[in-house]
Amino acid sequence: MGENSLRLPSSIDLAPSRRFTETFPEWLHEWVVTVDHKRLGMLYIVYAIFFLLVAGAQAIAIRIQLAFPGNHFLVAQAYNRFFTMHGTTMVFLVGMPILFGFGNYVVPLQIGARDMAYPRLNAFSFWLTAFGGLFLYYSFLGGGGLYGVGTAPDVGWWAYAPLTAKAFSPGHATDYWALALIASGFGTLGTAINIIATVISMRCKGMTMMRLPLFSWLMLVVSSLTLITITPLTAAQIMLVIDRYLGGHFFDTQAGGSAVIWMHFFWIFGHPEVYVLVLPAFAIANEVIPVFSRKAIFGYPAMVAASVGIAFISLSVWAHHMFTVGMTSVSNTFFVLSTMMVGIPTGIKIFNWLATMWGGKIRFATPMLFCTAFLYQFLIAGLTGIMLSVAPWNWQLHNSYFVIAHFHYVLVGAIVFCIFGAIYYWYPKATGRMLDEKLGKWHFWLFLIGFHVTFDTMHFVGILGMPRSIYTYQPDRGWNTLNLIVSSGGIIQGVAVLLFAINLIWSYFYGQEAGNDPWDAWTLEWGTSSPPPPYNFAEDPVVRSRRPLWDLKHPEDPDWEYES
Amino acid sequence: MSAAAGIPAAYPAEWRTPSRGRTAMFALIIAESALFTIFVVAYVFYIGKSLSGPTPRQVLDVPVFATICLLSSSLTIGLAERAIHRNRVGGFALWLGVTICLGLIFLGGTAIEWHKLIYQDGLKIYTNLFGTTYYSLVGLHATHVVIGLTMLLIVFLFTLARRVGEQHAERIGVLAMYWHFVDAVWVVVFTVVYIIGR
Repeated sequence: MGENSLRLPSSIDLAPSRRFTETFPEWLHEWVVTVDHKRLGMLYIVYAIFFLLVAGAQAIAIRIQLAFPGNHFLVAQAYNRFFTMHGTTMVFLVGMPILFGFGNYVVPLQIGARDMAYPRLNAFSFWLTAFGGLFLYYSFLGGGGLYGVGTAPDVGWWAYAPLTAKAFSPGHATDYWALALIASGFGTLGTAINIIATVISMRCKGMTMMRLPLFSWLMLVVSSLTLITITPLTAAQIMLVIDRYLGGHFFDTQAGGSAVIWMHFFWIFGHPEVYVLVLPAFAIANEVIPVFSRKAIFGYPAMVAASVGIAFISLSVWAHHMFTVGMTSVSNTFFVLSTMMVGIPTGIKIFNWLATMWGGKIRFATPMLFCTAFLYQFLIAGLTGIMLSVAPWNWQLHNSYFVIAHFHYVLVGAIVFCIFGAIYYWYPKATGRMLDEKLGKWHFWLFLIGFHVTFDTMHFVGILGMPRSIYTYQPDRGWNTLNLIVSSGGIIQGVAVLLFAINLIWSYFYGQEAGNDPWDAWTLEWGTSSPPPPYNFAEDPVVRSRRPLWDLKHPEDPDWEYES
Repeated sequence: MSAAAGIPAAYPAEWRTPSRGRTAMFALIIAESALFTIFVVAYVFYIGKSLSGPTPRQVLDVPVFATICLLSSSLTIGLAERAIHRNRVGGFALWLGVTICLGLIFLGGTAIEWHKLIYQDGLKIYTNLFGTTYYSLVGLHATHVVIGLTMLLIVFLFTLARRVGEQHAERIGVLAMYWHFVDAVWVVVFTVVYIIGR
């Protein structure tokens, strides 16, 4: 037996029996006071899925309004609120929480730790984030202030100055936007610090940095990037609050302040933020693609290097959102080139994933379907990104639906697809039951079709000159049919997401029993029971390679013989 | 099924990972640096852009004494750290107390300076761009001094209650990292506000 304490997944039975005896207040109390990383991870994910449905409903309302020219489904003011809240919600209340939720749930299991480095900080961060989200949505009731009827923010998720100044945004709607995001920003910061400390300091015996599973590696990179990404936004929002409450002049153009510096500050946050969201998607693909191709990941060190490289380059590309502001040609050239450079490490990643699949015995279960679609869609999203990085092309298409189509290709085509894949992949671990494969396939194909109907078509509307953020358009512009197609795709996606929600609930009660290791996977989280006990591992695991469970299942051909 | 398949040991006999306290504090310091960077950039960007007075040259005096106090508090907390590492609680309490006093003198200096600016020179946060950026940047730093002092004071009270010993040396080291950071930021703020901007 030696000193190894890892056991074959099939021989483990640590799962706490499902208790139905406790009363509802007891159950609720347990979830509210929990400091367990698995429960907090699930809270993050459930919270994010709830807001995904809310912001998805907003998107569908927006698309119904735009389906026909001169439509009256939403009035202009409501339309502005809806697209502001849709963007803000999707980025801050869906994207970040769900990815940190997976980080929370998976990272300690994957590195063989008992919990995060700071469990109580973890709980604090979650509740701060949750408070931020609820506070933002309370603006629908309280945004107008005492004398108004109540409104949500309507300044766009980028909240450009001077529209946010007290003179142009009276009431409290904009304050809700700034304060809610400051609160959830501190929560995000807490979790980021926690994940960094966990990955660096809580690794089990033998897990050197070069044996760290790529998911955990990328969560480390993402969290480090978050440290320098979220804080500029927090700083800028503090300045905005100073302007609005204390009469400061940071963004007050009447008193010598600059509106453009808000744009700089916002995009210094805003562009790395895209990578904060997309790197966890890469992390998910790094786990799913090898397991379902039955091969170890191709080019592990290159994947690590490319991820760190993306994080670095992403810090120097922000002003490609501002070509139309009118910068000097030197800065234009710099930001064109730095933006194009992002294509190099991402290209390395795409080729590595393809090389992982090449010659593998691919199993197209639902998680793999989502990750395969991700590969192609992310490639297209990257290519339109390169197109938009060319300054003259950008002058032509800036603020058109082409840009909207491009970044939704990243956010939906890459990130949401990977998140769905991750939920199908880790749901059995978290609940002990499989998500239904048949419903899953329906979900995948409907979502895929809906996605392409919507966002492929949206590129053409953009090239034909339709600007973003307009609540309606005239019938003689030639956009009518295309907009109707875009909107109908949105409905198909809505149906797919509903199927997914049904699947989540149905499978929780009636899904097939998963067992401890349903995918025959290789990382440590599959080496404990499903769901894992509160202490994760009965004994501290010891690892010798990047795929500890492979070594265990194949003692005749272990990985550590090949890894230096 | 047999309980375990043996994997021969191939890890260093002594498995050690970096201290989680220091790692987390390092991460926090990076995040805080980014926060300060934005405020410093805003300050530098708006130097000389105020549309009305008073200007920095008219009203700002260089706070030499307060600066010397704050910077030397980095030294005294270092001495406190060394004392606790050697389990000399008395010396630790002494140097910690000196550190807190130096921090309080610095805050007092800021208070006197702000009082003069507000009531004699009429510089308020809404007066002009200089007022807005000055009070935000210096105020952000002062906020960090207050947070640091609060934590130092808590440790000091626990020390007086004889609850602190050698076993807390690492945690105190983490707190000292934060205090060094607060001092280091002051060097930047001082340079930007009182040397470049004046």
